[in-house]
Amino acid sequence: MSEALLLSAHAREEIDGWVARYPKEQKRSALLSALQIVQHENQGYLTTELMDAVALYLEQDKIAVYEVASFYSMYELEPVARNSVSICDNISCMLMGSETIINHVERKLGIKIGESTEDGRIFLKKEEECLAACSGGPMMQVNHVYYTELTTDKVDEILDNLE
Amino acid sequence: MSEDLVEIQVDGQALKAPRGALLIDITDANGIDIPRFCYHKKLSVAANCRMCLVEVEKAPKPLPACATQVMEGMVVHTRSAKAIAAQKGTMEFLLINHPLDCPICDQGGECELQDVAIGYGSDVSQFSEEKRVVVDEDIGSLIATEMTRCIHCTRCVRFGEEIAGMREMGATGRSEHVRIGTFIEKSISSEMSGNIIDLCPVGALTAKPSRYSARAWELMQHASVAPHDSVGSNLFLHTWQGGVTRVVPRDNESINEVWISDRDRFSYQALQADDRLSTPMIKQNGQWQEASWEAALAVASDLLKTPSADQIGALLSPNASLEELYLGQKLMRGLGSNHIDHRLRQLDFSDQEQAPVMPWLGQSIEALESLQAALLIGSNVRKEQPLIAHRLRKASLNGAQISFVNPKVYEFHFELAENIGVDPFEMVSELAAIAAAAGVQSGASDLGGWIAAAKPTDAHQAIANSLKADNSCVMLGNLAVLNPHYAALRALSSAIAVATDSLFSYLPEAANSAGAWLAGVLPHRGPAGMSKEHGLNAQQMLQEPRQAYLLLGVEAERDCADPALATAALQNAKVVAMTSFASESMKALADVLLPAATFAETSGTYVNATGLWQSCKGASKAVGEARPAWKVLRVLGNLLDLDGFEFISSEEVRDELKVACRDLNLDNALSVSACLNLAERPAGLLRSGDVPIYHGDALVRRATALQATVDADVEAVVINTAEAKRLALDSAETVKVTQVTGSVELPLRLDDSIPIGSAWLPTGIVAAESLGSLYATVELEKV
Repeated sequence: MSEALLLSAHAREEIDGWVARYPKEQKRSALLSALQIVQHENQGYLTTELMDAVALYLEQDKIAVYEVASFYSMYELEPVARNSVSICDNISCMLMGSETIINHVERKLGIKIGESTEDGRIFLKKEEECLAACSGGPMMQVNHVYYTELTTDKVDEILDNLE
Repeated sequence: MSEDLVEIQVDGQALKAPRGALLIDITDANGIDIPRFCYHKKLSVAANCRMCLVEVEKAPKPLPACATQVMEGMVVHTRSAKAIAAQKGTMEFLLINHPLDCPICDQGGECELQDVAIGYGSDVSQFSEEKRVVVDEDIGSLIATEMTRCIHCTRCVRFGEEIAGMREMGATGRSEHVRIGTFIEKSISSEMSGNIIDLCPVGALTAKPSRYSARAWELMQHASVAPHDSVGSNLFLHTWQGGVTRVVPRDNESINEVWISDRDRFSYQALQADDRLSTPMIKQNGQWQEASWEAALAVASDLLKTPSADQIGALLSPNASLEELYLGQKLMRGLGSNHIDHRLRQLDFSDQEQAPVMPWLGQSIEALESLQAALLIGSNVRKEQPLIAHRLRKASLNGAQISFVNPKVYEFHFELAENIGVDPFEMVSELAAIAAAAGVQSGASDLGGWIAAAKPTDAHQAIANSLKADNSCVMLGNLAVLNPHYAALRALSSAIAVATDSLFSYLPEAANSAGAWLAGVLPHRGPAGMSKEHGLNAQQMLQEPRQAYLLLGVEAERDCADPALATAALQNAKVVAMTSFASESMKALADVLLPAATFAETSGTYVNATGLWQSCKGASKAVGEARPAWKVLRVLGNLLDLDGFEFISSEEVRDELKVACRDLNLDNALSVSACLNLAERPAGLLRSGDVPIYHGDALVRRATALQATVDADVEAVVINTAEAKRLALDSAETVKVTQVTGSVELPLRLDDSIPIGSAWLPTGIVAAESLGSLYATVELEKV
């Protein structure tokens, strides 16, 4: 039972809110949201212990939670820096010059896509696919906010202002 | 025939099929071969391997036969150009990432991928990129993984969810990165896990103990029957150069379907145990000497005929074959003794006169699936009879209300209505409460007092109500037999069954418990239930020690209810032991050791829970000088000048008993007339326990792979957290456990499934060898 205590009261309350939206016997429907809530509270990544806690809380097999968490790219299973930066490299953004932006950011931060800066400030998320903001390409998502029509200057300003 | 049939055509052949049936089932039934990997008749349809694509006229694309329901007028081509092209295409993709390591793969020669690749694969791959490599997880001592070979059919994943009832394997990751495994490194813990070895169509999951030991085409296959639990699962023993290298299930829909438990699969390892007895041995002046059969048998017959008949007793293992059991009791009765028993772990014999001729399941194993309600008393059926538990699980999935009354709260792999775990001495009052709730009258019988005193709770009422369903059953399990109030449990269970119009049923404990009842391995009954002058039962003949004992397949310090008592009695007596193994304790207790062939090495019969007699032949040669115990008994009978020991084959032995049993009507019904005095609960902390799955008989104890599993990890004493607090043991890691008869130091574990007042320390395990019986007072002391 102690496993479920890993989830904060706030997380449990939020998960309960999601559970309430689905039929009683389909708690697993709340799994995606539950993992997101828990990840958000844990500096942006999930641990095995946290996934186990979610499994217990939603009465699912642990492996079922691992399957979901490892399937979706929105979950991180390794420690990452606190600000998650996803630069879109799909077709529209690519045509608008996302490669330049990515190269610039990699050089600026001294890390490759998929890595975190040593000071724990910025994580460049791997393989971000289309984020549905094609009209504003090139674009990126920083934490939960979209930034469009990026230029290298604009990117510098945004990244420099991250805590 | 009210069945709704449709007509379809497959490869030009007109077929009739039930509407809605799956195409692959129909083609299978009609001998039309369609390749497949993910489809399995016992698992849900996944349709993810795409190997079974066939052409269906009017469908725009090839369809998977495993997920296509037949419809009126459907015209199917399994061998048309379109179908073959689809199958070949699938095959090419499956082989892209599959390593070409067949020469070092255990599955080679019996590999579904290999077979299908020969039919549908291309000689040359168009794929010249790098193949995917998957790092293996260690999933325990039973199953070897080579996950690079995996083709993601997900049979093992579905097995976990649908059959084993615990999902341990899964598909993690996405697309190119999908892996089948446990994600975190952990041992698979299901008691039926080995079945995924058979299910795996490739060499990703293979049997660890037999890995690299033989090629499939070098093996000889022999039909056999599992010698552990009372299911009597059908087996194939695979032998190589005369020795058993592995065991696989033999399909039998009415018994084990296509599965076997891990115990049945891996116990063969014991055949090569270090302490396997290969020559007859005689103890002379405390020294063991190897001897010829003639010399050993002469000593054995001397030891048995020297004392008066009343001074010899026989303890025969309920895992022995029917022939051995029958001849064992015949020998004893020939010598004039009725001190014969197979109920080695039983404590309460007070109502043995009322016991049925053969306590049995009362129904077929298949029928368990259609139960609507069941109450199991004293049963950890999941570990004791895994394949019966599998049937009950199916019933539960169909909505059956299944409840348990046990000396602890066991975990099950299906949903339960009620799961009661109480002090072993309170099981009677629990049953009395259920009986009261079921409306059993507290009339004249001995049960009256308890029922009148009972205060049924909602749980008791719920159980009683559930049993009023049309198809319900009250079952006594292994732990009921061990219980010091067995007679009372039997009487109350029977009363509940009568009151709720439920079937009264037993789960026999061991592979031949039922057979031992029929064979007359009892102090009060001969073969076929024939009444006999009462001899001493298993407990009495140790409490009132005899001068000589005959043991058959019994390891006293592990198999008897009270190891300390048994050891003391045997130590001071002359002991003739027929055994396959000579452990140190066996050598300390016995005076003559007669090496016996195991189940795999001799012909023999096992009577399962449903009363089915299953005979099988020996598959391999016994080690060294070991001989089938039935032959040894026959010769002993001759040496002792007893009548009726002129058998030439084990079949003749069996048939003699069969004739005697010809007119038996199996009936579990109980006429309560015994005077039931309840043994009083000893004061203080009570030792409670069961017989753990991998400690129940001489074979499993020596199966090294099974001994390395989670289920074998039982050398500990377990108490409730609250109990630990009360005893100020919550910080203790090791405790000294003291029973009157001895003491032992063990790790302490805390678990709230153990009722307060009990210290869980199973019997049959190494740690308990020096201790007395279960249900006695124990003291725990921090070390």
